[in-house]
Formats: sequence, C-alpha cells, structure tokens
Amino acid sequence: MKRLLRRLGIYLLAIWAAVTVNFFLPRLAPGNPADAVFFRLAQHGAVSAATRKALEAEFGVDTTDPLWLQYLHYLNNLLHGNLGVSITYFPANVSDVIAQNIGWTLALLTMSVVISFTLGTLIGVFMAWKRGSALDTTLSSVMTFLYSILYPWLALVAVYFLGFKLGWFPFSDGYDSSTTTMGWNLDFILSAAQHAVLPALTLVVSTVAGWMLTMRNSMITTLSEDYILMARAKGLTSRRVMFAYAARNALLPSVTGFAIAIGAVVGGQLLVEIVFSYPGIGFALYQAIQNQDYALADGILLLVIIVTVVMNLIVDLLYTVLDPRTRLERTA
Amino acid sequence: MNQAPPSPPSQASQVSPAPQAAIPSARAKPHTRPATPRWFALLGNLWRLLTTNRKIATGSGIVGFFVLVALFGPLFVHESPLSYTLTITQPPSAAHWLGTNQSGQDLFSQLVIGTRSSLFWSFLTGLIVVAISVTVGLVGGFFGGIIDDALSLVTSVFLVIPSFPLAIVAVQYFNHSTLTIALVVALTNWPWGARVMRAQTLSIRNREFVTAARASGERAWRLIFFEIFPNEIAIVAASFITTTIQVLLAVAGLEFLGLGDTTTVSWGNTLYSAYSSSALLQGAWWWFAPPGLCIALLGSGLALLNFGIDEIADPRLRELKRRARSPFGKALGRLWNRSAAPAEQSEHGQSAEGGAA
Repeated sequence: MKRLLRRLGIYLLAIWAAVTVNFFLPRLAPGNPADAVFFRLAQHGAVSAATRKALEAEFGVDTTDPLWLQYLHYLNNLLHGNLGVSITYFPANVSDVIAQNIGWTLALLTMSVVISFTLGTLIGVFMAWKRGSALDTTLSSVMTFLYSILYPWLALVAVYFLGFKLGWFPFSDGYDSSTTTMGWNLDFILSAAQHAVLPALTLVVSTVAGWMLTMRNSMITTLSEDYILMARAKGLTSRRVMFAYAARNALLPSVTGFAIAIGAVVGGQLLVEIVFSYPGIGFALYQAIQNQDYALADGILLLVIIVTVVMNLIVDLLYTVLDPRTRLERTA
Repeated sequence: MNQAPPSPPSQASQVSPAPQAAIPSARAKPHTRPATPRWFALLGNLWRLLTTNRKIATGSGIVGFFVLVALFGPLFVHESPLSYTLTITQPPSAAHWLGTNQSGQDLFSQLVIGTRSSLFWSFLTGLIVVAISVTVGLVGGFFGGIIDDALSLVTSVFLVIPSFPLAIVAVQYFNHSTLTIALVVALTNWPWGARVMRAQTLSIRNREFVTAARASGERAWRLIFFEIFPNEIAIVAASFITTTIQVLLAVAGLEFLGLGDTTTVSWGNTLYSAYSSSALLQGAWWWFAPPGLCIALLGSGLALLNFGIDEIADPRLRELKRRARSPFGKALGRLWNRSAAPAEQSEHGQSAEGGAA
C-alpha cells in the first residue's frame, strides 16, 4: 500500500513538473511566441480584448503581474480544464479538440499495446525455451532489426505496400466518413476496425521486439534457477514448467520494463497516427506544430502525460497481483 | 600464464581512467609490462574483444561501416545533395543510384551526406546524455542521504514523463537548429541511465578500495571520478550504446515532424521532405525507404553490440555452443560479472526496499 502511495506521489509530481516546464518554456524562448499566435488569430478575424489578455497571460508578455501570480493563474486555468483556444481548429477550445480525438488514440493504444505485449512475451517464452534452435536464432536477428526501427518509417512502408500498392487496407482517416456515420452502429464499428488494422499492425510490429527481447533474457535467467531443475526432476510436464514455474517468475522484470517503455510507445504512436492521418491526438499534434498552435500542443502534452501516468498506475496494480512479496509487506 | 592486458598497478589506475584501468587491478597479479609497445598490445586486445563474441563482431562491423561512410563518404560524392535539377522523381538508375526526388535532388548523395550529420549528432547527443546521467547517478549514489533522495526523486519524476512528446513541445518554442534538437533530446533522455548508474554506484561505494581511499583522505570528487567511475566504465559503455539508439530515433522522429533544421541534410530531414511532399502517393519508395532502412540498420548494429556485451556480462545469456575464449575475453568477463551482477541484485533489492519504505 505504501509503495502504491509513493508511486502515486511521484506521478502527481511528474504531472506538476511537466506543467511547470510547460509554463516556463515560452517565457525562456527567444522571440515572442504570443506574437506568432496573435498573427495567426488575426487571420481568423476578430481577436477580442479578452482573448488577447488571456494569451498575453499565457505567454507572459505585456503583463504587469509578477511571475508567481502568472504561475498561479496558469495552474488555476489548468485545474479548471481551461487549456486555451486552438488556432488550428479556431474557435474551438483546446479541451474540446482533445476530447474529440482522445478516444481514437486510446482505442488504438490499448489494442496495440495489449496485442504486442502478449505476443512479444509469448514469443520470448518460446524462444528462451527453444534456445539455440534455428527458430531462436532467426527470430533474434529479425527482432534486433525491428527493435531499432523508426515507427513512422515503418508506417510509411506499411502505407505504401499494404495500403497503396496492394490496396488491402484503407490507409488514412479513422473511418469511412462517406458511407458511415459516427456512433454505435455496426457499419461504423466495422469501418473503424478496418481502418485501425494498418496503424495497429505497424505499432505491434515496431513494439513487439522490445517486449520479446526483455522476456527472452529474463526467461533464460529464470530457467537456470534451481527450482526449475527441481520442477523438471519431479517429472512435471514441460508445459507446466514453462508457464507455471518459469514464465510466471520471468514476467516480473518484463512488467517493470513495460512501465518504463510505455512513454516511448505513446510517443511513437503519435508519429504513426500522423502518417495514417488517424483522427487521434497525434495528428492534432502535427497540425498544432505546423500552425504554431502552442496551446493545442501543450494541451496534448499534458494529456499524453496523464495517459502515461494512468498506464503506469495500472502496471503498479498489476505488479501487486503478480508479485506476492509486495503484498506481504503489509503484515510485516 | 597471465595474458591479461597490461593493467597498470593500482596506484596508476587511479590517475588513468582509461578503459584498461577498469580491470580489477586489486586482483591482477603484479607483472612486468610486455616488451611490445603499449599501443600494439591495445590494438591486439581490441581485435580480440571484437572477435570473441559473434554479436559484437557483427554489431561493430555494421557500426564501423556507417562510421566509415560518415567519415569518408562525402569525399566521394560529387553531386550536391540539395541542388535542384530537371530530372525529377526518377527511380533508381545508373546516374542516380537511389533516384531523385520531386525537386530533382539526388537521393544517394543525400543519404551519404546525411549519414555524417545523423551519426555525428546521435553520438554527440548520446555523449551528453551519458554525461548527465553518469553525474547524477554517481553523485546521488555516492553521497546518499538527502542529496540522493532529491536526485532520485527528480529521476523518478522525469522517468515517468514521456520524453518524446515533451521534446516535441519544447523544440517548437526555439529556433529549429540541430543543436536545439540535440539539447532537448539530451535533457529529456537522461533519467534511465542515471538510475542504472546510481544502482551501480551504491554497490561499489562501500567496497574495500573505496574505503581505503577514503581513509587516506581523498576528497569526495576524487573518490567519485577516479575510484568509483573507472569501475563503471563497462556499464557506461553499455548505457552509451542504448542511449545512442534512443537518441538516433528521437532525433530522426523530431526531424520527421519538420522540427529539424530543414536546410541541412540528414536521414530524418529526407524522411520529412518525403512525407510532406507525399512521396507515397507518387509511388516514390526510393525516397523514403533508404533513410529509414539505414536508421534501422545502424540501430541494429548498436543493439547487437549491446547484446554482445550483455552476453559477456551474464554468462547465462550466452549461446550454448561456444568457441574457447581468449584471455582478454575472460578478463573482461570477470570484470563484467563482478560489476554487473551486484547492480542487478541491488536493483531488485531496491524495488523491494522501495516497497517497504
């Protein structure tokens, strides 16, 4: 319990640290970010006095408030979910833009992470079990290559060969907006699933190697333990030894690795979404960068951090289930 | 027959933090230096180190190839990578080995010239990251107490924040130069290495030789950088390689988003121009395929190096069929087993401890 509380404290600090960095960045940056934003806004027409004032406060220009007061205002705004106005999707609020897109990202993320972690871990178990075989050697080489692949590049290759050349899958957008309408109907769900195949495939292929290599190594280390020898000597079936004795214990380092890698996976997914013009927050982030839409980019960063933190929390809870030692300490 | 590399006696090892100093000199029997020149012996050791393990051999072959291309490749490229010509969007041919892009720029010269900048910036950024993480890890692990608590807290906090999205948001406020990208990537990628170094330092700081040096009145910074640090060289090297892969991908990723300096030539910038001019829809696979392939190949080479080092460190990971190892491999293996095993233990111990705290 104490361990979880400690982790929770670190997560809250992480969110606070990111928000604080975010507050100081535009104030440290050379030039005047607010000017760029005013210019963009003026293109959309009216810039009301209130908007102007809000922007000035956000970037810390033309304001007489001391820094600490600006900071408090900023935190207050964030706490109330007030992330500013997006230029790209003017006059929509950043929070609305994000709310619209987050579902797509979360669905894709959950699906691909669950598939690739399960798949990678299973392959890792088998590779360690059949260690030194042709299968192990071949897969090791392939996985080493996949391990260092650039996500968006793999996405480009997938779009080009599987989408564009072979035409097996649609390769842009989240669903077919000409024939289906968004909502809980079968047509939409089928269309969305069809559109998710290539992005999910890209993500699975580019992340599976990491999980697999971690699991293989940790499994090999576990297999040389005495209790494995004992289990074999007792005459247990190899399936039982493999899963109930070895894999279960080897999983722990993998789960820890999962928590650390998840941030990178989320970052990679943003890039993949861009290539597929997937309607998630990754594509919104790309739009934000192209349009110097700082408010939107900042909002997305905040959201990505929250997603990562929640994933980390889930892993922590999972760890408590997997490792009895973390539960024992309660009585100690 | 003691064929271990000419490891200097322990006093000398304190002042020369060269990799050789990392050999546990307390154990090495004092012996006279061989008659062959030192650099010759070093070269021989290097060669044996590279060839003892198949993964290390392959990995260093790949990395070495890219380093050679980066160093000498641009000398053989006569076509300017950014000059516009009229032969636009041509598939690979004898005149243009990797074809041309939409502006008629020769993609082969972009690839070769880009190798230099991509490699240079990845290695440089990797070095900065390692410098930060080594300092944080060593200082925290060595001093313990409130300094360690503070540094560990900062490390854990930044370990949670996803580095790539943070880098994107940070880069957009500053001018898009490669230096900006390198610095931002460096400042967002150090925590993992710092944690590893801290665990390692914790396991070393109370060893006899450190206690002895402390008793002889050495100052703290000397203890840290001349007593403890040389014993962590192997781990630092491994951490540098891992970091370089990450950094290579992060820099290329930022450049792919158009956040790099688009007036320079690099693999990531070629990918950006291919994506933003929809090379896909023109069917110009030769535009986007080679740079990404090079990134993945270089990354694989580095990863193989790292896996090779892991195998030397943890004998259990080694392939079952093995050749006899050279004495240097054995010496390195000993060093690794000594320095890597406690790190693992202390990390496990630490997580249990963290739970109990």
